[in-house]
Amino acid sequence: MPELPVEIPIPTPHQAVFIMVAVATGVASLLVVTNRNLFYSALCLVGALFGVAGVYVLLEAEFLAITQVLVYVGAIATLITFAIMLTRGIMFGVTSPNNRYMFAVMAMALLVFLLVAGVVDRVPWAVAEDLTLSGDGKSMIVDLGWEFVTTYALPLELIGLLLLIALVGAVMLARDDE
Amino acid sequence: MAEWYQVLMTALVGAGVPEWIATAIALLVGVTAIGLVAPLIALILVWLLRKVISRIQDRIGPNRVGRFGLLQTIADIVKLLSKEGINPSRADFMAYNLAPILSVFGVLLLFAVVPVTRGLIGVDINVGVLYIVALGSIGIMAALMAGWGSNNKYALLSGFRVVAQLLSYEIPLVLSMLAVVLYAGTMRFGELAEQQGNFLGLGWYVFLMPGAALIFFVCALAESEQTPFDLLEAESELIAGFHIEYSGMRFAMFFLAQFLGGFVFAWVGAAMFLGGWQGPGVDLPGIGGFLAAGYMMIKTFAIYLLMIWVRGTFPRLRVDQMMSFCWKILVPLTVGLISWQMVVQVLDLPTPVIAVLVLVGNLLVMGIGLYAVGRAIRQEGFRTKRAFTPDSLIGTMQPVAE
Repeated sequence: MPELPVEIPIPTPHQAVFIMVAVATGVASLLVVTNRNLFYSALCLVGALFGVAGVYVLLEAEFLAITQVLVYVGAIATLITFAIMLTRGIMFGVTSPNNRYMFAVMAMALLVFLLVAGVVDRVPWAVAEDLTLSGDGKSMIVDLGWEFVTTYALPLELIGLLLLIALVGAVMLARDDE
Repeated sequence: MAEWYQVLMTALVGAGVPEWIATAIALLVGVTAIGLVAPLIALILVWLLRKVISRIQDRIGPNRVGRFGLLQTIADIVKLLSKEGINPSRADFMAYNLAPILSVFGVLLLFAVVPVTRGLIGVDINVGVLYIVALGSIGIMAALMAGWGSNNKYALLSGFRVVAQLLSYEIPLVLSMLAVVLYAGTMRFGELAEQQGNFLGLGWYVFLMPGAALIFFVCALAESEQTPFDLLEAESELIAGFHIEYSGMRFAMFFLAQFLGGFVFAWVGAAMFLGGWQGPGVDLPGIGGFLAAGYMMIKTFAIYLLMIWVRGTFPRLRVDQMMSFCWKILVPLTVGLISWQMVVQVLDLPTPVIAVLVLVGNLLVMGIGLYAVGRAIRQEGFRTKRAFTPDSLIGTMQPVAE
């Protein structure tokens, strides 16, 4: 191959795939918030969640990617869609993405973004380095399970408790008054 | 990565092809193989189903087109292709047209991880078992979109049923597969098959965990929307289910997805419980590989035939029976089974003792499960002809006054 006079940044196949996945995820996320039909928003949300799973696959975190699809697409997105379908007014109607809470929500979103960005930027992710991929990835899943019942047992239990509270709350809300 | 990929890559790179083109070619070959073979299998599946069901019902079945009616499916496809694709005027264009594509897409993706023989797996990812479960959600989304997008109340009702049934039966399905994963210590389909190679390739997990295998089979029936769990297309209640408004090729795609879904679950069951491609003589040089692929296909078709047999002989469940069977019988049983197995495996016991204890637990689970089902059937017999008492939720459903 002859030497190119100027270094043109040709993406490697890996980078090309990443760019495609990232753009798709970004566009889908944008559509979620700008769409006028809530059902389409939910479908775009599924697309965005799949895109994130694709990013995990590119990072060779297959377990995380599959879990993402299983939990977010399989359970959460389906439930959101279900809720929209049951709400007749929203289902067929066209809703405006702008309402009177728009500026408050934008401020909140900005704050949350800054918070997350700060956390990502400042926290020394020592744990992430300990748990890097070791070989075939099988030991990674074993390590993950082991960490959950030893080092991170308390957070895991707390999340379980939170879910239980949410479950009980949902039952209380849905119950008939007698 | 699986062996076929490396072999192909080595050959291509050896022939002087640049590496990235070789990668692209190898991946394309894999994808094309899956995309072509799966619909061809469906041709056989449809013919097999019609023939076997006919025999069960004392008929002959298709016998006009080709020998034994073998070409009947092709004739049907030509008919479906030439049919008009009707777009209901009030249907939602996006959801209505995307749903059939998504449903086939979701099933084809499953074929990527099931093993054919040693080294011949689309991709042998380390979370293969979980992958199978996770991608089932695409099928749910597709059915939901079809039900909603058709703008038809029967289709919508069927869409609701899809979510209720598939989400519910996913839980015992995952847990029954987890029993195998716990014992084998891997989620890779290749390794799962490797580990069942004891006793001349007959060390299948079905002998060790008959309870988990039975629960898996029942849940696979429910997940692939087969009788007795075909409430989604109960003709007497919903006319045709979520694909009522579809015609021509779009209907054929739902049809294809359903057949392939059943087949893929049969395949996964054969790989997890019937030893995959293991069998006597798979290690012989030369013919061993073909023998292994043959075993895999024979086992898969055996499970599929069992599904057809169930389909030809069992009546359909009622919605409430279907839900209570899942939540009151299957889920507690599988949770109990998994807990028992975890305790047994954590204790520091010799391997044969663990195997015997796991087997005992499975037999116990099977016994309790069959007893509970038997009791439920006896209770149904005592009920009055009206299935729902008027004060139950469904009995009081009234059309909303406009």
